[in-house]
Amino acid sequence: MEDTKTLLTALTAVPGLSGHESLIRKQLTDLWEPLTDELHTSPIGSLHGLKKGSSPVPRPSILIATHMDAIGLMVSGIEDGLLRVTNIGGIDNRVLPGLTVTIHSQSGDLPGLVVLPPAHTLPEDQKTSTVDLKYLFVDTGLLPREVSSKIQIGDLVTFSLEAMDLGDGYLTAPAIDNRASVAALTEALKILQTRKHRWDVWAAATVQEEVGLYGAQTTGFDLRPSLAVVIDVTFGSGPGAAGYETLDMDKGPSFDIGPSTHPKLYEAFIRFAAKQEIPFQRYAYPRSSGTDADKLQISAEGVITMIISIPIRYMHTPVELVQVRDIQRTARLIAGFIEQLDDDFLESLKWEEETGGAR
Amino acid sequence: MNSTQEKPKILAAQIKLLERLSNACAVSGDEGAVRKIVLEQIKYYADQINTDALGNVLAIKHGRGRNRPKVMLAAHMDEVGFILIHDEGGGLYRFNIAGGIDTRNLAGKQVLVGPEEAPGLIGTSPIHLTSASDKKNGVPLNNLRIDIGPGNTGKFKIGTRAAFATRFSRLGPSLRGKALDDRVGVASLIALLQHAPENIDLMAAFTVQEEVGLRGAKVAAHTFNPDMGIALDCTPSLDMPAWDGRENVLYRSKIGLGPAIYVGDGSTLSDPRLISLLRKTGDEENIPYQLRQPGLGGTDAGAIHLSRAGIPAVSVSVPGRYLHTPASLIRLKDWQNSVALIHAALTRITLELLKSPR
Repeated sequence: MEDTKTLLTALTAVPGLSGHESLIRKQLTDLWEPLTDELHTSPIGSLHGLKKGSSPVPRPSILIATHMDAIGLMVSGIEDGLLRVTNIGGIDNRVLPGLTVTIHSQSGDLPGLVVLPPAHTLPEDQKTSTVDLKYLFVDTGLLPREVSSKIQIGDLVTFSLEAMDLGDGYLTAPAIDNRASVAALTEALKILQTRKHRWDVWAAATVQEEVGLYGAQTTGFDLRPSLAVVIDVTFGSGPGAAGYETLDMDKGPSFDIGPSTHPKLYEAFIRFAAKQEIPFQRYAYPRSSGTDADKLQISAEGVITMIISIPIRYMHTPVELVQVRDIQRTARLIAGFIEQLDDDFLESLKWEEETGGAR
Repeated sequence: MNSTQEKPKILAAQIKLLERLSNACAVSGDEGAVRKIVLEQIKYYADQINTDALGNVLAIKHGRGRNRPKVMLAAHMDEVGFILIHDEGGGLYRFNIAGGIDTRNLAGKQVLVGPEEAPGLIGTSPIHLTSASDKKNGVPLNNLRIDIGPGNTGKFKIGTRAAFATRFSRLGPSLRGKALDDRVGVASLIALLQHAPENIDLMAAFTVQEEVGLRGAKVAAHTFNPDMGIALDCTPSLDMPAWDGRENVLYRSKIGLGPAIYVGDGSTLSDPRLISLLRKTGDEENIPYQLRQPGLGGTDAGAIHLSRAGIPAVSVSVPGRYLHTPASLIRLKDWQNSVALIHAALTRITLELLKSPR
């Protein structure tokens, strides 16, 4: 558990806002280099790693896709030495006031603080309720002339809270969405180092998921996998989140069923997890999964997709909370599933009419 | 000239001490962690040190010669924070607020719980599952929880305090910390006690429970029975630009303009003789200062001036932005000038000062 926790802590410490993933990609390149046979970066920045299988060529391939981008802020203006910011991805304005941040400027990283302006400086409808992002400031503590010389419009602003270990496998940090899944994929690659697998394995760390699933769309086209599994995070039950839309932490990853999930691949995962006695949960989504799978399955001539989700609390806040055991379960599940893929597996996914009705 | 007669300076060592003080957790009524640092720092610099019934640290440094005025300086050790009020199980706690905190600052923050400073956090519903009206209204306190992790079920009892987790840091000309209100006053008072002028008896009160009603200062002033009192605090600077470009005329104080001398607030109208002493001192010594705009709020001076038969009192505060939030911000220069102004004023104090009527 400690290894995974250390890995996740390291992954959450590196910035990688949507469209600006170079630092996290660099970190993953270093991590995946020894775990893969080939690595390349897509034209828009997604990282693709290939671990070759042992089947004769042309080999079927499975893509495991995890987005590596994170939500954050961007400098949009400077007023009296204070910064105005806009959002990158789905930022929750309720969590911003009082938040420590890092401004990534050309003069280096600068600490800052998101602040709620005093009520008398705000419009009437902002005085007591959640303040819209456009009225908040980021204060760097610097004098106005220092701010003007060091910071530019367009500079990225990331949440700077450090990971905290809450014990018993629970870790809180910003960007657990989706570094938890990146950690699961990395751990799966590690497990596969000592296992034989017939299929080619593509590991992908995609970009720009939080702004429109763009990395997955282009990765699907580029790699043309035989099938694809997307790992992302989902809503863990906890304060403010209860009921059918949520899943429990520490009860294993969830298999998500809905339009972006191929039903036969879904069933295959359920059979495998049950056989291996890896705990899992089920989650149904009626329209869009909101994950890379939505775009992956419609890339090129269409891709067979499946979604595995890790439940986390407080999604899209700087204090996202995950159970590391769920990450390890996901890694074991992915590695084990890949290991048992045989040359006939794709046949088993054919629609009923292709196989003449019953299988 | 012995070392105590030198002027106090705010340099690297003092900033380091402020870092320790700001990072320590001492929510009102539970000030032990700061008291420990204070006692360690003043041990060799006071003639008498006593911890009273409420937990105030009361230290006296006697001067020399006759007719020494007894001057009380007060800085509060406590900070705003949280108190656990209900254990919901699974490592989740309902909590209430000690002191005044705008609850809009709470969601998405890390906290430290209990004497062992166990990590915790305050989360909120995922934005994806939150209605537009709930997003706009914000999260009311009774929907917020402190989460210390499901593995820590039942670890803390009701009544345990929690504080913001923000670590102290230096931001160019500024200092940022969770409890600069009023650890900057505590650090100033330590420096002044270590360099007490000899013309006065310096009565240093490191007070408790200021944030919940100036309670420590009330009994400290009674015990000391000083001739006059000065509260060393950190005062809000509401000096940010207005959204529509209007001039912000209700700023209370502005960071960077020097110590803020209180004229009047919600707890007291400062003694005019002490105000003019401070202003004259600043003018003569070329130490910048500002007058804090009269208005609401209160400092330990409010409790001191009503003690016994009445004690002339004033507040001198370091201006600070974002007080009572997870991180406040002061300018180092303002702190240095505050200590310089108060020290210089102390050296000018004689009993004559209070002979003329208020």
